[in-house]
Amino acid sequence: MTPLEFVLYVLLISVAAGVLGSLLGLGGGVIVIPVLTLLFGIDIRYAIGASIVSVIATSSGAAAAYVRDGLTNLRVAMVLELATTSGALTGAYLAGLLSGRWLFIIFGVVLAYSSLMMIRKLKQSEFQQSTKPAPWADYLRLHGSYFDKRTGRETYYRVTSTRIGLAMMYVAGAISGLLGIGSGSLKVPAMDLAMHMPIKVSTATSNFMIGVTAAASASVYYMRGEIDPFIAAPVAVGVLLGALGGSYLLPKLRSSTIRLVFVVVLLWISGQMLWQGIRG
Amino acid sequence: MSGAVRIPSTSTPIVEHNPRVRQVELAISNLLRGGVVLSILLIVAGTIITFAQQPSYVSQPSELQRLIAPGAKFPHTIIDLASDLKQMRGEAVVTLGLLVLIATPVMRVAISILAFIYQGDRLFTLITSVVLCLLLLSLFLGRGE
Repeated sequence: MTPLEFVLYVLLISVAAGVLGSLLGLGGGVIVIPVLTLLFGIDIRYAIGASIVSVIATSSGAAAAYVRDGLTNLRVAMVLELATTSGALTGAYLAGLLSGRWLFIIFGVVLAYSSLMMIRKLKQSEFQQSTKPAPWADYLRLHGSYFDKRTGRETYYRVTSTRIGLAMMYVAGAISGLLGIGSGSLKVPAMDLAMHMPIKVSTATSNFMIGVTAAASASVYYMRGEIDPFIAAPVAVGVLLGALGGSYLLPKLRSSTIRLVFVVVLLWISGQMLWQGIRG
Repeated sequence: MSGAVRIPSTSTPIVEHNPRVRQVELAISNLLRGGVVLSILLIVAGTIITFAQQPSYVSQPSELQRLIAPGAKFPHTIIDLASDLKQMRGEAVVTLGLLVLIATPVMRVAISILAFIYQGDRLFTLITSVVLCLLLLSLFLGRGE
C-alpha cells in the first residue's frame, strides 16, 4: 500500500464511520479505533490520537446542523457539561492508577447494561411525556421543544431527574477521560432513559457536549505526540463528511429505527470491549 | 426520585420563547461550522501540499511505515510547528488544521458565556464560566505531564 492509497482507504472507511457515529450519537471514535488497529495494523496510541480528533469533528460538524434545526437543548447541555468536564478531569487522573484491562471490562459491562435498557424501552415505540415532578429542571428552565419533521409538529417535552443525569454525565466524562473517546453511548441513555428527553433531542445534545470533553483529551494527546497528521487527516476529514451526511438523515428517521440500530451497535461494541479486557 | 405526587400530564411545560435564544443558537451553529470549515480546508490543503512535496508518497509502498509507525516524525510542539509552517511543510499545515479543530469547542464555550451575559442570565453565565475554567484546567493539566 502506498501512502496515497492508505490515505484514500482510511478516508472512505472514516466516511462510513462518520455517518454511523452521527446517527447514533456515538461520535465515531469507537468505530474508528477498531478499524484502524485491526484492519490497518496501526499502533493503538496513534489510532486513539486520530480518533479523538475525529470525535471533535463529528461533534462540531453534526452539532452545527442540529443546533440550527433546533434539536439541541443548549441549557441542558451547559448544565450537564459541568459534570462531563469534571468527570473528564477525574478520569484523566484515574487513568494513571487503573490497568487498561479493567477499563475495557468496566466499559464493556456499562455498555451492555445500556443496550439492554434500550431493548426494554423498544416496546414503548415512541416518546412519552414524563409527569414526574422535576424541581431542579423547573428552576434551571431545562424543559424544551423541538420540531419533529416526521409528524410535522412542534413537540414539547419535560426534563426530569436532573441530579441523576448529572451523576451519569460525571461517569460518562470520567470514561471519556480514561479511554480518550467521546462516550456518547453513555450520554444518550443518561438523557433518553434517566432524564426522559426524546431520543432525537438526546442524540443532538450528546453530540453537542462531546466536543468539549474531547477537546481536553485531544490537547493532551497532541502534547504527547500521539496525533500523527498522516493518520489524523483522512480520519478527521472522512468522519466530518460522514457526520454532516448523517445529521441530514437523523430528523427524517423514525425514533424506533434509530433505537434499534443503536442497540445492535452498542451490543457489538460492548462485546469487543469485554473481549479486549479478558484477552489482555 | 422524590415524591409519589403525580402532576396531571395536561400541564404545558415551561419553555423558553425568547428570540434571543434563537440568535444564540445561530451564533453557536455558525461558530462550529466556521471552525470546522476552516480546519477541513487547512487539512485538505496540507494533505495536497504533502503529496506535491513528496512524489514518492504516491508511488512507493515502502514509505508508508515510516509515516504511520511509532516514532514517525511530525511536528508536535508549538515551536516545531511554527518553524515547519514557515517552510510551508504539508504536515505542518495539516497539524494547524487539527489544532483549529481542537480549539473550536473551547471557543464555543467562550461564546456561550458572552451569549448568557447578553441574555442577562446570571445563573447560566456562572455555569458556563465554570465549564470554561474546568476546560482550561484540563488543558493545563495535560501540559503538566
